[in-house]
Amino acid sequence: MGSNSSNMNHIPDGQQLLQDTGFSAAQIIRLYERFEFLDKDNTGHLRPEDLETVPDLDMNPIGARIIGAFFPPGKETLDFGSFVRILAHFLPADSNRTRAGAQQEPANSTTGKLRFAFQLYDQDRDGKISRDELLQVLRSMLGLQVTEEQLQCIAERAIQEADADKDDAISFDEFRKSLEKVDIDHKMSIRFLR
Amino acid sequence: MRGSGYAHLWLLVCLISGSKSSLNHSEHGHDSIITGIPIVTFKWHHVEAPYIIVLWILVAGLEKYSFLSVIESNHHVTNVIPESALLICFGFILGGIIWGADKQQTFTLTPTVFFFYLLPQIILDAGYFMPNKLFFSNMGAILVYAVIGTCWNAASLGLSLWGCHMGGAMGDLDIGLLQYLLFGSLIAAVDPVAVIAVFEQVHVNEVLFIMVFGESLLNDGVTVVLFNVFDAFVSLGGPKINAVEIIKGIISFFVVAFGGSLMGFVFGLLISLVTRCTKNIQVIEAGFVFVLGYLAYLTAEMLSLSAILSIVFCGMCCQKYINANMDERSVTTVRYVMKVLANGSETIVFVFLGISAIDKSIWVWNTGFILLTLLFIFVYRIIGVFFLTWILNKFRLVPLEFIDQVIMSYGGLRGAVAYGLATMLDENKIKEKNLMVCTTLIVVYFTVILQGITMKPLVTWLKVKRAAVTELTLIEKVQNKAFDHMLVAIEDISGQIGHNYMRDKWKHFEENWMSRFLMKPSARKNRDHIFSVFHQLNLKDAMSYVAEGERRGSLEFVRNESAIVDFKKKFGDEYSEVMPDIMADTSDDHGAVSAVGNPVPSVSLEMHEQTMNGMRETDDVNSHHLLQQHLYKGRKQHRHRYSRSHFEVNKDENEVQEIFQRTMRSRLESFKSAKMGVAPPKHITKHPKKDQQQKFSEGDSASGPEASGNSFPMRISYKAGDGIENPAFMPDMDPMSQVQIPPWLAEAELDSGMVAPSQRAQVRLPWTPSNLRRLAPLRNSTHSTDSFMLADAPAAHKPGGPRGESDP
Repeated sequence: MGSNSSNMNHIPDGQQLLQDTGFSAAQIIRLYERFEFLDKDNTGHLRPEDLETVPDLDMNPIGARIIGAFFPPGKETLDFGSFVRILAHFLPADSNRTRAGAQQEPANSTTGKLRFAFQLYDQDRDGKISRDELLQVLRSMLGLQVTEEQLQCIAERAIQEADADKDDAISFDEFRKSLEKVDIDHKMSIRFLR
Repeated sequence: MRGSGYAHLWLLVCLISGSKSSLNHSEHGHDSIITGIPIVTFKWHHVEAPYIIVLWILVAGLEKYSFLSVIESNHHVTNVIPESALLICFGFILGGIIWGADKQQTFTLTPTVFFFYLLPQIILDAGYFMPNKLFFSNMGAILVYAVIGTCWNAASLGLSLWGCHMGGAMGDLDIGLLQYLLFGSLIAAVDPVAVIAVFEQVHVNEVLFIMVFGESLLNDGVTVVLFNVFDAFVSLGGPKINAVEIIKGIISFFVVAFGGSLMGFVFGLLISLVTRCTKNIQVIEAGFVFVLGYLAYLTAEMLSLSAILSIVFCGMCCQKYINANMDERSVTTVRYVMKVLANGSETIVFVFLGISAIDKSIWVWNTGFILLTLLFIFVYRIIGVFFLTWILNKFRLVPLEFIDQVIMSYGGLRGAVAYGLATMLDENKIKEKNLMVCTTLIVVYFTVILQGITMKPLVTWLKVKRAAVTELTLIEKVQNKAFDHMLVAIEDISGQIGHNYMRDKWKHFEENWMSRFLMKPSARKNRDHIFSVFHQLNLKDAMSYVAEGERRGSLEFVRNESAIVDFKKKFGDEYSEVMPDIMADTSDDHGAVSAVGNPVPSVSLEMHEQTMNGMRETDDVNSHHLLQQHLYKGRKQHRHRYSRSHFEVNKDENEVQEIFQRTMRSRLESFKSAKMGVAPPKHITKHPKKDQQQKFSEGDSASGPEASGNSFPMRISYKAGDGIENPAFMPDMDPMSQVQIPPWLAEAELDSGMVAPSQRAQVRLPWTPSNLRRLAPLRNSTHSTDSFMLADAPAAHKPGGPRGESDP
């Protein structure tokens, strides 16, 4: 660990990231190597096209959305810090318990993860998942066998199930409530190799 | 109920005991000289063997029935005592009666009967209903517990007992080290039957359950090997054991375990292939599942591989393909029969476990041996679980909590498998076989009865995370899928090769290669998970609709030849009070719209079939439409519940009511919007894309004031490749369909400017049971036969121009 933290000096915001996210130093270094690998033209920033070069991502039904999640509307570039912070959503929740200096709600808490998932649907960031947005996600995930109005059906039902205040859209709270039975921690964590 | 149940039981029990004694009489009678033609003879010995078997099955079934009626009226009982414990106690009583009648225990659980006739179906049931995804994501942990845990249990128990023996705690016993190890190996394994029986009522969270249950299934590989190896060692004798033998033992473990699994896998593939090809003999395709499953078991047994592993993997491998390939009724048949067989076998097993105890000839009591065994089993299980979990948690993504570990160690139940193995011991080689059998029995009783009873309070007291009881909503299902995709994407982006990457790769392989080979082509098209959920919901809606119609006595519209008229009438009944201005005929008043009160009767499936087969095209179309119209909103979804007796979806009356009321409301709204001039399209074809252009031109050209010829080129915003060609297209002959656009479609029209899916699109059915698929005739005329439209001719107005030209 000691030698690693000295290696971290060349990583921008390295110490800050150690504190804010739940990653260990070794993981941050590995992620930095990945970041540099993706950053083909060595600008220190990632652009959407860089992420699109990741193999198999185009086969992923929501690949485009995931890329979009890294680039919130208005931002065209992604620096390492943001890269890591977004990936931090996928840490298992309890690894952050020992972090004392966390200012805000840690990214890999259940709420943080849910918020990330919510933003995947809510592309226009208005705080609500409208029927259209839901439809788009469904369309991308449901493949070619399902006809359009069946999709509409499913979207309609999904909204009806979750929509508590009948505004025909799903707010974050409604989203969270409808998923309270799901073990988010298990489902939204990946193993980050050191 | 209770009284008659018990009366039956006593009668049968007496009959069984009486049968034994009557044996003598009949034989005696047979020897006597025949003086005349016997009109009726009592040929007991003729039917003795099968009669007794069937009697036993009947007894077991009846007592379960009477138990259930006792228990149903007395909920305290089941909540406290698991059914298996009650069955064992019942077995005690029964054993006592038989003992009293015969002075010997004529019926015991012999290894042959148990291993060949009772166990396979229980395990097949376990494999068939196993949640594969959950199982394989926790496979590593399960394997660790199964293999290392069982070996540890066996070794530690055997060695400790031997140590105590050496120390003199057990008095004078003729058991050597090897025999202790043998005993340890047979009692070390956690038993799947007992685990299911006890955990069924407790509903712990699924990860915990799959750990214990998976372990109980997979440890058979180890148990078989250990038992055979030590049995061979005991026969060989101590001095002959050298390194070679030990190495051979280790190799045999791998052979047995992997061979058994492979065998099961092969048979699973075989079953899938068979079901793929049995289009024309749907009646017996369900039978193949059981026959081939049993063959998997026997073949593995024949090759001395692990039979339990074989049949488990067979069930796990074929479940997906069976459900996809077979007709829905066959699938239902398989599931029900599987449950019946497994339930029945389990009942018989526990009853016999109780009966077998009442046998004076086997009882040997050695306080030290028995008590020490109990103690060591308990202690070493705890040590083993905690130690292994500690190691595993270093590697697991989400660690197992302390409380879960407690439950896991407490849930290490021993059961009938251990007893079966104990009775298989050779008493010539092992002098103290009876002692071992007794100890095994006592251990089994202890775990099943005592630990079974205390499991639920313990779970509640420790506040273990329980399984989600409610049904998954559609959002959850969608979100779960989204999570999977998300994780794969993140793994790709961050350059990790992880669990999800592997799973994704396997999924692709499976979809592209295996499914092509093993699934019917038609089934492959319907594979999408969310869609199949949707389809299930639609089916349930259909059934509830038919049930409702039955209840109101007005289902003749489905059967009647001139169904068009009746159809309208049916709706007329429903809507007459709501929309008197539209309805021409309001004479029939069926009162307020009531909802379905009854749960879906099973007869509705038959009716479904009847209506589909016996009608003309038009009527088919109408009922298709009928179903289609009402098939939007269901709530029921299937989920896994690890229960012996309940695997159907809950039929919640309130939900069904709500469905109905909601669809009523939407119909009301769509009626209103329909009235405002949304006209049907003119063509239904089998090739939506091709004819889309045609329709545009059609619609554009056919504009006119007449209501029926109303041009309303409704276009659908199709993505390229959206929707498969649906041979179940129906022509627009049903008047109702044309006016009933679900409200969200109508609204979408108004709001977004995106043209709502046309009636034609709406008319396409989702994939419904195969007997509904047929090619529908094309419509030739462009006249709407919509009686409403015709009736409303003067009132209808031309739809707005901009709509016609809006872009898709």
